[in-house]
Amino acid sequence: MDLDALTGCLGSAACLVTQTTSGLIIGMLLFLVAVGLTLIFGVLKVVNFSHGAFYMFGAYFAMTAYQLTGSFALAMLCGAAGTAILGLIFERVFMSRVYGGDVLMQLLVCYAFVLIFDDIVRMVWGPEFRSMGMPTAFQVPPLFVAGGVVPPYYLLLISVALLVAVILGLGLARTKLGKVIRAAAHNPGMVSALGINTGLIYGSVFALGGMLAGLAGALAAPVRSLTPGMGFSVLIESFIVTVVGGMGSILGALIGALLIGLIRSFGSLGFPLFTEGLMYLFMVIVLVARPTGLFGKEVA
Amino acid sequence: MTELRAESGGKALGMPRSEAKSHRARYLDVLIAIAAFAVLAMLPLLFSSKALLDFVIRCSAFGLFATSLNLLVGYTGMISFGHGMFFGLGAYGFGLIMQRTGMPIPLAFLSTLLITTAVATIIGAICVRLKEIYFAFVTLAFQMLIHSMILSWSSLTGGDQGLRGGIPRPVFIGIDLANHIHLYIVSCALLVIGLLLMRQIAQSPFGYTLRMIRDNASRASFVGIDVWRAKLTIFVLAALFASTGGIIMSLFVSGAYPEFAFWTISGEGIFINMLGGVTTFLGPMVGTVLLLILNDTVTRLTEYYGIVLGIVILFFAIGLRKGLMDFTVEWYEQRRDSVRERTR
Repeated sequence: MDLDALTGCLGSAACLVTQTTSGLIIGMLLFLVAVGLTLIFGVLKVVNFSHGAFYMFGAYFAMTAYQLTGSFALAMLCGAAGTAILGLIFERVFMSRVYGGDVLMQLLVCYAFVLIFDDIVRMVWGPEFRSMGMPTAFQVPPLFVAGGVVPPYYLLLISVALLVAVILGLGLARTKLGKVIRAAAHNPGMVSALGINTGLIYGSVFALGGMLAGLAGALAAPVRSLTPGMGFSVLIESFIVTVVGGMGSILGALIGALLIGLIRSFGSLGFPLFTEGLMYLFMVIVLVARPTGLFGKEVA
Repeated sequence: MTELRAESGGKALGMPRSEAKSHRARYLDVLIAIAAFAVLAMLPLLFSSKALLDFVIRCSAFGLFATSLNLLVGYTGMISFGHGMFFGLGAYGFGLIMQRTGMPIPLAFLSTLLITTAVATIIGAICVRLKEIYFAFVTLAFQMLIHSMILSWSSLTGGDQGLRGGIPRPVFIGIDLANHIHLYIVSCALLVIGLLLMRQIAQSPFGYTLRMIRDNASRASFVGIDVWRAKLTIFVLAALFASTGGIIMSLFVSGAYPEFAFWTISGEGIFINMLGGVTTFLGPMVGTVLLLILNDTVTRLTEYYGIVLGIVILFFAIGLRKGLMDFTVEWYEQRRDSVRERTR
């Protein structure tokens, strides 16, 4: 334990800015993964245990696209679009066969794909750590806010994630498609009786969730190292986010992700050996005090 | 949860079970256990292959782990995706006690089980209130917590290198676990005793309470069963047997590695249950043997073990939707029925 470092940091503006930014980065990436998880759960009532694999694929797709074309925008697009297609196929061909209460089968199918996807990445890109490198457009000196370091890329990452949050929130609340999706989550039988293709809705929600995880992976590629199995710890963390925020709530995912991000970044100063433990401890406290999560309605 | 059920509770409850009959069933279980142990103990006399004995030792470790998981998954309907943490806890707990204190082995064994009880009670108290998928993921989260603690607390656990330097195995009451045959016999004994105890739990009134909770938890609670307490009890009991499996494993490899506490162990446990079938008591044991054979064959042939295992899992989960023992039981029942038809 190193409480002096933590209190020292809390006293200095520069350290506060640096740690908050790094917390926001972790939080925003987690939000993008967790919001997909929570959307898929809200509509399809399954927890996509292989969600981390989409994050991983997003990162690898982006890296390859960037190395081939040198365009950062195209890399992001490839990461997001590639995983969206993957999500659609995965849902239509495999997951749609195990709907209905049997959680064991859903977990097993996802478990199988975690193994398969990790090995595919190992086959195609190799087992060693890879890195995409910071795109040239962002290789500029960092900004200094009150003495704290803020790389410009971090600002892009945070604004993209916030934009996604706003679009998703408004889209679900205001648009016709959003209403259909919410209706399908509430009563799929009635929606399909009204002549709406629920299979298509399910497929697109899964594709959307996969796309968001892929986008998170693509955005993370310049600042994280890429390795097969990189998705798993992200999956666990984003699951903790959804438990903290409440399953099925977008606002919950955002708040939960930011809290977990800040806990990680400040926790690593005060409790370097117990950073992960802090996160679990926080989850346990929330679970005991509010089993539905901070913004959840359904009883867990 | 429609297809995966350990022998439908309603059917068994509906039958009037006389005391004498249940006593006879218990004697039969004990007899089968003794016979199984005798057969296993004879093996080294018939085959001198060390690889075969190693295989049986690994089967004991994973068999205890998988069967204890079935007490949760098949009998109580609690899908734990973090059961492997107790396997890892057993291996590390026992290894550390032996390395640091030099206790006699039986005492270290009991102490490890005591530690497991304490940890499982705390984790279980938090988890068992949660429903299906939440339960699965929160247990998984705890598994990852234990795994990350093992990795980061390297002064105690050796970090990602694992517990090295070997586990001292002093002789007790004439048993020398450093001797391969002795280790083999002790593993078999632990397996058979463990299975017998779990069978007793499954067939006891408490076991039928568990089936009732699985089938309809609110009804169980209406007839006055404390569901939370029953679930917590079986969670801790299952953890004890998983921990015993971990202890066998640490004795076998004379160490403990972070992989023992990694989530894939839990995933394999779930798959073993699926592979063998959760509707019979011995299904997970059959699954263990099959998975270990598959494991050994595939790792010899290819480095991409995950793809092969994944495809096999998909084949069972989407294609068959049942375990092998489920098929055997169904086939047997169909044949018996058709024989009955013919004789009528």
